[in-house]
Amino acid sequence: MTLEILAVDDSRTMRDMIRLALLPAGFNVHTADDGVHGIEVLDGIEPDAIITDINMPRMDGFGFIDAVRGQDKHRATPILVLTTEAAPELKARARNAGATGWIVKPFDPSKLIKALQMVAG
Amino acid sequence: MNDSNDPMAEIRASFFIECEELLEALQDGLQSLDDGDVDSETINVVFRAVHSIKGGAGAFGLEALVRFAHRFETVLDEVRSDRMTPDAEALKIFFQCADHLSDLVRVSRDDAPLPEGTTAALLALLGGLLGDDHIEEDEAEDENIEFQPATLSLDLDLGGDPLPGDLPAIQNLDEPLPSDVAGYKITFRPDNELFETGNEPFHMLRALDEMGECSVTCHLEKLPDFNALAPEQSYLSWTIELKTAVDEDEITAAFEFVEGLCELVIVKLGNQVEPSSLPQQLEETPVSLHEEPGESELNAIINPPQMVENSIANVEQETAIEITVPKDVGTPPPPAVTSGKNVTAPKQAASTTAPKSVVRVDLDRIERLVNLVGELVINQAMLSQSLESSGLSPHSDAMNGLEEFQRLTRDIQDSVMMIRAQPVKSLFQRMSRIIREASAAVGKDVRLHTDGEGTEVDKTVIERLADPLTHMIRNAVDHGLESPEERTAAGKPEQGRVNLSAAHRSGRVIIEVSDDGGGINRPKVLQIAIDKGLVPEDASLSDTEIDNLLFLPGFSTATVVSDLSGRGVGMDVVRTSIQALGGRITISSTPGEGTTFSISLPLTLAVLDGMVVQVADETLVLPLNVVIETLTLSNNDVEMVRPGAHVVRVRSGFVPLFDLGKELGYREPVRDYEGCVVLLIAHEDDSHAALIIDSIQDQRQVVIKGLDDSFYRAPGIAAATILGDGQIALILDTSDIISNAIGNTGNQPSQNLTGASA
Repeated sequence: MTLEILAVDDSRTMRDMIRLALLPAGFNVHTADDGVHGIEVLDGIEPDAIITDINMPRMDGFGFIDAVRGQDKHRATPILVLTTEAAPELKARARNAGATGWIVKPFDPSKLIKALQMVAG
Repeated sequence: MNDSNDPMAEIRASFFIECEELLEALQDGLQSLDDGDVDSETINVVFRAVHSIKGGAGAFGLEALVRFAHRFETVLDEVRSDRMTPDAEALKIFFQCADHLSDLVRVSRDDAPLPEGTTAALLALLGGLLGDDHIEEDEAEDENIEFQPATLSLDLDLGGDPLPGDLPAIQNLDEPLPSDVAGYKITFRPDNELFETGNEPFHMLRALDEMGECSVTCHLEKLPDFNALAPEQSYLSWTIELKTAVDEDEITAAFEFVEGLCELVIVKLGNQVEPSSLPQQLEETPVSLHEEPGESELNAIINPPQMVENSIANVEQETAIEITVPKDVGTPPPPAVTSGKNVTAPKQAASTTAPKSVVRVDLDRIERLVNLVGELVINQAMLSQSLESSGLSPHSDAMNGLEEFQRLTRDIQDSVMMIRAQPVKSLFQRMSRIIREASAAVGKDVRLHTDGEGTEVDKTVIERLADPLTHMIRNAVDHGLESPEERTAAGKPEQGRVNLSAAHRSGRVIIEVSDDGGGINRPKVLQIAIDKGLVPEDASLSDTEIDNLLFLPGFSTATVVSDLSGRGVGMDVVRTSIQALGGRITISSTPGEGTTFSISLPLTLAVLDGMVVQVADETLVLPLNVVIETLTLSNNDVEMVRPGAHVVRVRSGFVPLFDLGKELGYREPVRDYEGCVVLLIAHEDDSHAALIIDSIQDQRQVVIKGLDDSFYRAPGIAAATILGDGQIALILDTSDIISNAIGNTGNQPSQNLTGASA
């Protein structure tokens, strides 16, 4: 089964790397530049999991998670936070916003895949 | 181009392009802050720029870059969270850090050695901003961001930082991996929050199932009557017996994301763990994993146990249970590059991101396109020339078609040139750095003001402008602006001001560097020129002529000038580079108020609107923009001011007259001026001259073919072109020709010719 992934990150490099890591593993990757764009993209797709950065323009990761969770159909969609920060407060904050899990940048492709499979099947 | 087969190298390359954009945003943001616009979004932009550079740098193992960006980011975070005000002093450091960050990006990209010393000094400055208590914290964090070289290492952070409310007091027993299959009993009871974060027990159970032989028991006794079911409650729990060869770390890893959101006990069997000591004695209702409903609907009806901590504490006291939480993931992840290379993602996949519909194209391909269009223009010219000479009616289909062809060619050419055009902004940002460094070096407070950053110019023009502009900016700071004391004495603000502006004007770009300094000290400049024998002692020169002396090569070594009055250091070099771009540079200065250098450049180096003329059987091209008028002479119009120096009457004024054929050495000078064709030439400095030619052939666009540096650079010749008939024609540098002619004859181009340019 192909998993549909939405990756939200303001860094093109990071989006490229996520794509590079996930495409060969059979994921179908959609990308967005920031939270606002992410919500727009989300409108047209039914992702099995969402990966999001925290620091982004217009709408940051917390706001994005909040907005996604606010949509009834995405109350249980797995959301992984991709962050450079490993600080416990940040994880707690992400979790409070409704994040399913987190991955610390720079990420290892196999770990990312594993984490996605862990939350989305 | 080899890199294009390696997606990782491609991403790396695009990372550095992204860095350029981020650095630009960083500079802009800092500039806004410096201008007093302390908007929270501006601070966020600045923070994010550094943050994103750090993130990407981490992915490529650029340790020095990560380390520096990290400290910079930490300080910016203080600003972002209102714990620090970005005052002038802090901003000065931020600007330096931004400069240094851009240096680090560059050396990382080029694999060049790192500039030592600066990093340490700036880190110390940043540390100073942070204050003592933060430094330790930050340094502790620095440990976290250390990477093994060339690995994409930072892993999934499995329990390295336990969340508050995590399993308490965990023992980490360094027990070797069981060599054979071991048994575990896992008790797992999700809290309500586990579902609120989108986690799903089914995936965890399945992950366990994949580790070995698994039997799962689901405890349903907490499940209330259907009518009493609260959909958001957690009612179920599971006991899993797992026979596996994997170690406990991996089992714990399966529950990483739900740490603190569930009750989890992992017991290694064979340690005489009494089932009775487990938190809850539940009536066991075996459910096979694959029959387990596992869907959110069912999971959402699960009951939360409230005694997590107690029960775990009990477990610990009463039994010696080994619960190990890994400090690190056991197996080192593969190196980034290797994993990238092994991935065979379709090539376009990595580059189809482009939500802004921007295509990145190799410059070589554009060069090729520009060249081809150049050929097309030449070919079009050939075709029109041969069609015109064939005597076809101007209303014939062929001629109409030709007209359309010409229009299309021109449009294509313009569009191709547009591809290479880019705003001068990046260049201007580099100049703001030069200002900062130069003003710091000479101890002056200088503010740069820029205008027209969005003005687009051909990429190659921008690149080649960097050096001359740097030179001029340094001059403006060093020599143009007075010392703070002098400024105060002159009633000016202590802070000097340098303006840098760009604008399009009639098909050219005008770049101006001006300062509000003391202006050119003309008596001093003239005296020095006389002392150096560059002008005769009795010379009476106009102000503009004196200013132009600064461009004479003799002045470049005249340190006296730079110490005393102002301009001159290396300005001849500046002028040469501007001329090499097909541009002109002029000075205007008002004593006490400042000096302005104005550069006029073609928008592109590839084509030129030219006037094709004939001189003594030679076909020559003059840039059309210097020609303001064509005249036919009569002997009455010409006056001799002294032997060999003639002027021509143009309406109410006189303009020096030069014979192009003679100046280029093609023929003897014209004796009889009756019926001579003359081009009236105006340069950016408003000087005028008249050039005698034999005939005008055409007015058309020509493709500039640069003359190779290995040729002798003939004075007055700027470049060459290929004409429609395949003939090669030289493109003239009229200003060069005229200044050479002045050298030969002493004839001076006239200034501010009245009426001639009307």
